Amino acid sequence: MLRVCWKGAHAAARQCVCGKVKAHPLQHCRKYSTAGDSGSSAGKIVAASLLSVGGGLGGAILYAKWDPKFRANVEKSVPYSDQLFEMALGPPPPPLVLLQKKPGKIEPLQIFSLSEASKESKQPKDKAKKSDPAPVEAPAAVEEAPAPTAQTLEEASVEAAHIISAIGEVPSVPAPGTSDESPPGHTAAGEECKDHHEPELKERPAEEVTARLAQQDKAEQDALAALTAGLEESLGSTAKTTLQAIGAQEAALTAIAAHTNKLKEAMDSETPPDEKSSQWKALNEALSDRTRAMEEAEEALLKAKGELENLRGVINSAKQSKINTARPQILAAEENLHSMIVDLDKVVTKVQTAQTEAKIVSQYSELVNEAKAQFQQELANITPETQANWKGLSGKLSADDLTSLIAHAHRRIDQLNRELAEQRVREQIHIEVALEQQKLEDQKALERAVVSTLEHSREDMRLEQEKKAQEVREVMEAEMRTQLRRQAAAHTDHLRDVLKVQEQELREEAQEILNSKMMEQETHYRRLTQEQLDTFTLDMNAAYARLKGIEEAIDSHVIAEEEARKAHQLWLSVEALNYTLRSAGADFPTEPLEGAVGVIKENCAENEFAQALATAIPEESLSRGIYSEASLRARFYDIRRLARRVALIDETRNSLYQYFLSYLQSVLLFEREQVAPPAKLAPEDLDTFKLLAYANYSIERGDLELAAKFVNQLRGESQRVAQDWLKEARLTLETKQVISLLSAYANAVGLGTTQAP
Amino acid sequence: MSEKELGQKWDHCLADSAIKFGTGLGLGIVFSVVFFKRRTWPIVFGTGLGLGMAYSNCQNDLRSHYVLHIIYVPQQLICCNVC
Repeated sequence: MLRVCWKGAHAAARQCVCGKVKAHPLQHCRKYSTAGDSGSSAGKIVAASLLSVGGGLGGAILYAKWDPKFRANVEKSVPYSDQLFEMALGPPPPPLVLLQKKPGKIEPLQIFSLSEASKESKQPKDKAKKSDPAPVEAPAAVEEAPAPTAQTLEEASVEAAHIISAIGEVPSVPAPGTSDESPPGHTAAGEECKDHHEPELKERPAEEVTARLAQQDKAEQDALAALTAGLEESLGSTAKTTLQAIGAQEAALTAIAAHTNKLKEAMDSETPPDEKSSQWKALNEALSDRTRAMEEAEEALLKAKGELENLRGVINSAKQSKINTARPQILAAEENLHSMIVDLDKVVTKVQTAQTEAKIVSQYSELVNEAKAQFQQELANITPETQANWKGLSGKLSADDLTSLIAHAHRRIDQLNRELAEQRVREQIHIEVALEQQKLEDQKALERAVVSTLEHSREDMRLEQEKKAQEVREVMEAEMRTQLRRQAAAHTDHLRDVLKVQEQELREEAQEILNSKMMEQETHYRRLTQEQLDTFTLDMNAAYARLKGIEEAIDSHVIAEEEARKAHQLWLSVEALNYTLRSAGADFPTEPLEGAVGVIKENCAENEFAQALATAIPEESLSRGIYSEASLRARFYDIRRLARRVALIDETRNSLYQYFLSYLQSVLLFEREQVAPPAKLAPEDLDTFKLLAYANYSIERGDLELAAKFVNQLRGESQRVAQDWLKEARLTLETKQVISLLSAYANAVGLGTTQAP
Repeated sequence: MSEKELGQKWDHCLADSAIKFGTGLGLGIVFSVVFFKRRTWPIVFGTGLGLGMAYSNCQNDLRSHYVLHIIYVPQQLICCNVC
């Protein structure tokens, strides 16, 4: 039945459509007729469009040839353009690839950076020590480093250290030195080793320091040994020579003494003349001995002095070498030197005094010889015949000779007495002169002696001072050592105390921290347990409340379910009513709605609203049923046509001629079939055609109510024609309204949100 | 259906006009033959008469809604609206 209804509806619709088509053929024809006669302009248009399209394509291809990116874009966006481009331009150019740096160059860079790092790390480390060899060694390092033979393990480790340090350093690369100083290869290597050692020294000081100290000690000892050996050697030699000199001097002294004795003896004329010659011979021997001894002594003295000077020089150099441990030896050597000098000087002075005595004695002997010679001369003068050897002539002398001799002797005695008197007179002067001479000589000797003793005493003092200084130094050293030991002991004690105190403090701190943490943990724990309890009680309360709520909800739910059941029933009955509405066919109404409405009334006996609504349904729809909207729509078109035809007919104009005119008007009047109605109707909108257009628009949009309103505004014959339709429309609208209300109400009640008052 | 009313009226009108036309024509012919020596004017007259009557009927029919009908209702008769 529904299909029949649909077919009827379709037929009605087709009629409408055909009617519509019929209404507009004129217009379409007119349009076609106006376009049909200008064919050349169409050709022109076609040609122009073809040209533009071709131009666009060609331009795109050319630009793609020039700009590959554009080509790629177009190929991406337009589907088959890549084939077109390939056809026109050939395959696309290959994509650009960034050149990669060759990894082979990284190694020399690394090496250079290494050398740079080593140079940079060396140069700040070699601060004041070897500034000059450093730039020599850096190129040497550059030369050495690329060579794979790492010379020592230490060097390799140092290189590793340098690599590690070079990672963070910025390699600023000044040009590495040219290979100019390659000859100092080993020495440079040795120095490099040392240089590597020296940074290593800075890194590992203790061992190297002890080694260095050992080295130093050894060197000192070696030097000391050398010094002492030298000193002893020189000492020995000087002692020997000095002893020799002293011996020689003493020998000279004895020789001089012997000579003077002999001379004195020779001066004494009491000895018999036979022994005089032997005496004189012995004297000559003694003189020659003396001279020889003097010469020897002189030589020995010179040698000794030379040796002493050497020794002094050695001692000075030893002093300058500044080895402390050699001091006592130096001191001893100096003492020896001094004593030797002293002895030598003493011996020399002795020799000199002996010499002066000898000189005096020789002078005396000379004087005596002179006097003797003079006397002899006088005697010779007096007694020329007597021989020189007059002593042997004592028995042969005559009385004359004797008297002359006695007279001479008396004369001589007188002379000698006079001379003696003179001499006595001059004695004082001579004595004074001699005394003065002697004084002078004594003074000189004294000065010399004083000077020499002063020098000796000065030397003595100096030596003593040095000895004392040495002793004091030793004492001081010992004291210093003890003080240092004390200080070290004090330091360790202090450290111990400080450590103890620190330990105490730290322990206390730790204890405090521990306590506070424990307190925190406890409070935290307590808080947590309290929270747990609280949450538990809260949960329990909440659960209890929820239980209560659930019970209430269930109770109310029962009520609500009851309500819902009722609502369901209502809704179902309303749905049944709605369903009956659909039973409308194309031209015939629905079934009478009585049944469904009765059911509603039955089901919702206690629902006043539903009852009221159910009774509000118009009687006609109950008994006869209502037309569907589609049928009304279909019918409307007939109404419309008819209403248009009798548009002029009303109370005043209703003759047949008017009918004709009205018909003519409807035929000749061209208007839009559907016009959107304005929000407010103006009086000129109450024209039949306009009203019908509005109604048509509305009904096309499914707004039956509005269409009915517009149709209601028709007047005259049009109104009469549309009367029935209007009634039907009203009926339909009313019923539908009530039913929609009912269904809305049923939905609302079904949702349980609204209650009927 | 009120829209069918008009169509019905027109149908009626046309039928009536056809009848009247035919009748007029016939009577005209008859009268022309019988009374007026086969002159055309009675035919025309009769046709015209028929058409006129039809026209008038049509008009009255169509107009009947707007015209107040005085209905003389004798005591026994009941008049209906649509004629």
